[in-house]
Amino acid sequence: MALSQKTKETLLGPLNANNPVVVQVLGICSALAVTVQLKPALVMGVAVTIIVAMSNVIISLLRNTIPMRIRIIVQLVVVAALVTLVSEVLKAFAYDVAMQLSVYIGLIITNCILMGRLEAFAMTNKVWDSFLDGLGNGLGYAAILIIVAFFRELFGAGTLLGFRVIPESWYVANGGFYENCGMMMMPAMALIIVGGIIWAHRAINKEEK
Amino acid sequence: MNTNSNTYTIVYATVVVIIVAVLLALVSQVLGPRQQANVQLDQQKQILGALKQDISNCDDPAALYFSLVKDTLDVNGHPVYVAVIDDEPKFVLKLKGAGLWGGIGGYLALDKDLNTIYGANFNHESETPGLGALIVELPFRQQFEGKHIRNAQGEVVSVAVLKAGTQAEGQEQVDALSGATITSTGVSDMLKANLAEYAEFLNVKRCCGHCKGQCEGKCDHQHEGCEHHHEGEACQEHCHHHDAQEITNE
Repeated sequence: MALSQKTKETLLGPLNANNPVVVQVLGICSALAVTVQLKPALVMGVAVTIIVAMSNVIISLLRNTIPMRIRIIVQLVVVAALVTLVSEVLKAFAYDVAMQLSVYIGLIITNCILMGRLEAFAMTNKVWDSFLDGLGNGLGYAAILIIVAFFRELFGAGTLLGFRVIPESWYVANGGFYENCGMMMMPAMALIIVGGIIWAHRAINKEEK
Repeated sequence: MNTNSNTYTIVYATVVVIIVAVLLALVSQVLGPRQQANVQLDQQKQILGALKQDISNCDDPAALYFSLVKDTLDVNGHPVYVAVIDDEPKFVLKLKGAGLWGGIGGYLALDKDLNTIYGANFNHESETPGLGALIVELPFRQQFEGKHIRNAQGEVVSVAVLKAGTQAEGQEQVDALSGATITSTGVSDMLKANLAEYAEFLNVKRCCGHCKGQCEGKCDHQHEGCEHHHEGEACQEHCHHHDAQEITNE
């Protein structure tokens, strides 16, 4: 299936040039909270992608019927319902992950990316475009989460997705020379990594600005 | 249609909210039993952890749980899980306390002398990963094994979690986690507070496990290996050890 220029832009733009996290600087709070390990970051990324795409579709379907005065409330109700659904499903089918993500699944409701996309895109665009936009933004958010979690888990715990990457024998405790970076476990370090990504992103995309 | 009239707005809001409410109620009803089962299974896994069972390769932890845990006693609303491992009774107490960011909890398995710790398991809601969250890991938990919750006089004094180099007064201790002082203190406080809650269970006058069959009246002499001997005291009604032995014999 060949994607038209506009479709491509809608879907792929948020992955790079218009990334919700590193360009629009939205959704930072959860990006700090769930990126200590890769697994919760992956689940969070998938959850947000599903919720943004679905809520974009629903709001886009309803966009001509929503009374302007209560549109934000209607958007919130839709998002809250979807978030609750995802949270319930996780508790029933992936209890461990649900416990790990704890309040952050619920807090997707307050993720600025969602409200931002609904208000800026879904309210004025067709269903299919809105779906692609939601998908793109969710994936753009997930991509940053995964990059941050990759560095934090690798240097903070020496593992990736729970598998040991840095051999046990390297550690000082086992007579080696290596020690985990405790800073990586702290939310502050996630902010520094996000800052680093923004720096790199700006440097690469300089010409386009 | 005028989508900005008051009537339309109110009707619209009502309809949306009702649809969402019905949908969520339905989902909650459908998934409820599954979620309940998950919560229960999680608790069983934690108790198995306190009983030093490796469940990482266990296909059916629930079956293992029911093969080990024979009974649940109630002490003023606090549960005591009575398990039997290698024909020896173990008593698992439930712990609940506060860490740095949120609640912490756990299970403490005691040997039949109600003094020696057989195993411990901890959980937490939101402790810092890599620091406070390490209380759930084996290296920290294993420190508790073989420690005694009583002092030389037989009083329950709990086990202190202290940083290496400091010495606890009149109680045994384990090393705290570096970088997680408040979580470590939380574990220490949780043990102390919860063991106090279980005082009725732990401090009840009871004869030793060797008294089986002799408990009808009074303990007449101290048996070998028996730490709590209450000469001449009635013990029949509170003989938890006895209970567990009967269970073993089943």
